[in-house]
Amino acid sequence: MKGPGLFLKVAMAVGFAFLYAPIIILVIYSFNESKLVTVWAGFSTKWYASLWQNQGLMDAAKISAGVALSVSTLASVLGVLAGFTLARMPRFLGRTLFSGMVLAPLVMPDVIIGLSLLLTFISMSLDRGFLTIVIAHATFSMCYVAVVVQSRLAGFDTSVEEAAQDLGAKPATVFFRVTLPLIAPAVAAGWLLSFTLSLDDLVIASFASGPGSTTLPMKIFSSVRLGVTPEINAIATILIGLVATGTVIYSLVLKRAAAQRIRAEAAHKG
Amino acid sequence: MAATGRRSVNWGRVVTIGIPYLWLLIFFLAPFLIVLKISFSAPTIAMPPYVPVWDSWDAIIGHLSDLDFGNYEFLFSDPLYLNSYLNSVQIAGISTLLTLLIGYPMAYGIARSSPNWRATFLMLVILPFWTSFLIRVYSWIGILKTEGVLNTFLLWTGIISEPLIIHFTPTAVYIGIVYSYLPFMILPLYASLEKLDLSLLEAAADLGAKPFTVFRRVTLPMSLPGVAAGCFLVFIPAVGEFVIPELLGGSSTQMIGRTLWSEFFQNRDWPVASAVAVLLVLVLVVPIVIFQRVAKRGGAG
Repeated sequence: MKGPGLFLKVAMAVGFAFLYAPIIILVIYSFNESKLVTVWAGFSTKWYASLWQNQGLMDAAKISAGVALSVSTLASVLGVLAGFTLARMPRFLGRTLFSGMVLAPLVMPDVIIGLSLLLTFISMSLDRGFLTIVIAHATFSMCYVAVVVQSRLAGFDTSVEEAAQDLGAKPATVFFRVTLPLIAPAVAAGWLLSFTLSLDDLVIASFASGPGSTTLPMKIFSSVRLGVTPEINAIATILIGLVATGTVIYSLVLKRAAAQRIRAEAAHKG
Repeated sequence: MAATGRRSVNWGRVVTIGIPYLWLLIFFLAPFLIVLKISFSAPTIAMPPYVPVWDSWDAIIGHLSDLDFGNYEFLFSDPLYLNSYLNSVQIAGISTLLTLLIGYPMAYGIARSSPNWRATFLMLVILPFWTSFLIRVYSWIGILKTEGVLNTFLLWTGIISEPLIIHFTPTAVYIGIVYSYLPFMILPLYASLEKLDLSLLEAAADLGAKPFTVFRRVTLPMSLPGVAAGCFLVFIPAVGEFVIPELLGGSSTQMIGRTLWSEFFQNRDWPVASAVAVLLVLVLVVPIVIFQRVAKRGGAG
C-alpha cells in the first residue's frame, strides 16, 4: 500500500500544528514571570503558587470535581442501560423516539439544553445547586455513554449471551456475567468521557447552578471576561495535564481490551 | 436476546428500557414542551418572571385563546433577532466548509498512513477533543489580541508594521469554530476513508485515470457519508455556539446563542428567551433529523 503523498503530508503537518500551537503557547506562558501575556520575563512557577491562595478558584475546583464524579457514575449507569437497549432490543414501543432522544443531545446547542432544563427545574420547584447541575450533566453525558456502549455491543454477536441463556442463566445473570465484562472498556471510556464533559461544561452549568454552586468553568469564564491572566494559564495547564494523563490511561485500557479480544478470538477458533 | 422478547411480561426488560426512557422523557423531552409553553406567555416582573398560560395540560384546548404570540411577533419585528439567526447560520455554514477543507486532507492522510502511525495520529486528533473547550477558546485570545503572540511575532519579523486587529472580529470567530470543531470533522471522515477499498483506486489508476480523477470519481463519492456526518456534527452545534462568539467575537458578531444568553441573564426576559430557543430548534430540526438518519446508517454499516 502506498503511503500518503506529499500534499497530504504537508496538510497533516499544518493541521496538527494548528491543533497544538495554541495549547503549547498557553502552557509556555503559564510559566512566565511577567503578568503580560506577550512579554517573556523569565521562567517562574509563581502563578501556580498563587492558585492555591485563590480561595474562589479552589472552591470552584472542588465543586467541579464533586459534580464530575457524580455525573460520570450516574451517566455510566443510565448510558449502559440506554446503549444496551439500543443494541439488543430491536423492537419495543417508541423505539424511534428513544433513539432520537439519545442522539439529539449530542448535537443540540448547549444554550437550549440549559434553558429548557432550568425552566423544568423551576416548574418542579427544585432548588438550583449541586443536584440540578448533576442532573443536567448526566442527561447529556448518558447519551455519549450510550453511543459508545452501543457501538461496542454492535461489534459482538449475541452468540455468547445466547449460549449462557441456553445453559439456564437468568437474563440478569447473563447481563452481569457476560455482557458487562464484554463492554467494560466501553463503560470505562464512557465514564472518562462523562467526567471530562462535565468538568468542561460552562453553558449548561450556568443555567442549572444556583448561588453557592459556581463550577470551575464558570469561575474561569468570569475571570477571562476581565482579561487574560497567567493564573488562568496555570490552571489550564493543570487541566490539560490531567486530561493528557486520562487519555493515556484510556488508550492503555483500549489496547489491553484489543489484546484480550484477539486472544479470545484465537481461543475461540482453536 | 431474541428469546426475552417473546416472553409476555419481562420485568428486567421493562426496567432496562424504562429507566433511561423515563429519564430522557423527564429531562430532555418535557423541558422542550415547557420552553414551548413559556414562549407563549407574557412576561411579568415577578419570580418566576412570566404569567403561566395554563396550569394543567387538560385545559390546553380551552385556553388556546390565551396563547400570547406577542413574543414571536416581537422577534420578527426587531431586526436584531432575524439578523442573529441569519448571522449564526452563515457563520456556522462558512466555518463548516472551512473545517471540511482542512479536515479532509488530514483524515485522508491519516487513513493512508501505516497502521502504527494511524493510531498515533488518531490519538493526536482526539487529545484536543478531551481538553477543555473553554480553555482551547481562551488560548486563542492570547494569540489574536492586538498585543498578542501573533502580532508580536509578525511585527518582530517585519512582515507587518501595524498590528492586525483580529480579536473581536468575525475572523476570530471563524478561527475559533474551525479550531474547536476540527476533531468532530476528522473522525467521521477518517472512519469512512479508512473503509475505502484500495484495490478500487488501483483499478481506476490501471484503467488510466489521473490521480485527481481517481479522487473525484472514486474516493470522494465513497467518503460522502463521512462528509455528511462531519458537516452536521460541526454545523448544528456551531449555529447555537455561545462561548466562541462571546470570547472571540465580542460585540462584532451577534450569534443567536449570545442573543438567547443575554435575553435570559441580562434582560431577564424568559418568555422571549424561550421563543428564541423554540425558533432555534425549528431552524435546526431539519439538519438534526438528517444527521440522525446519517448516524443510523453509519451505525448499521
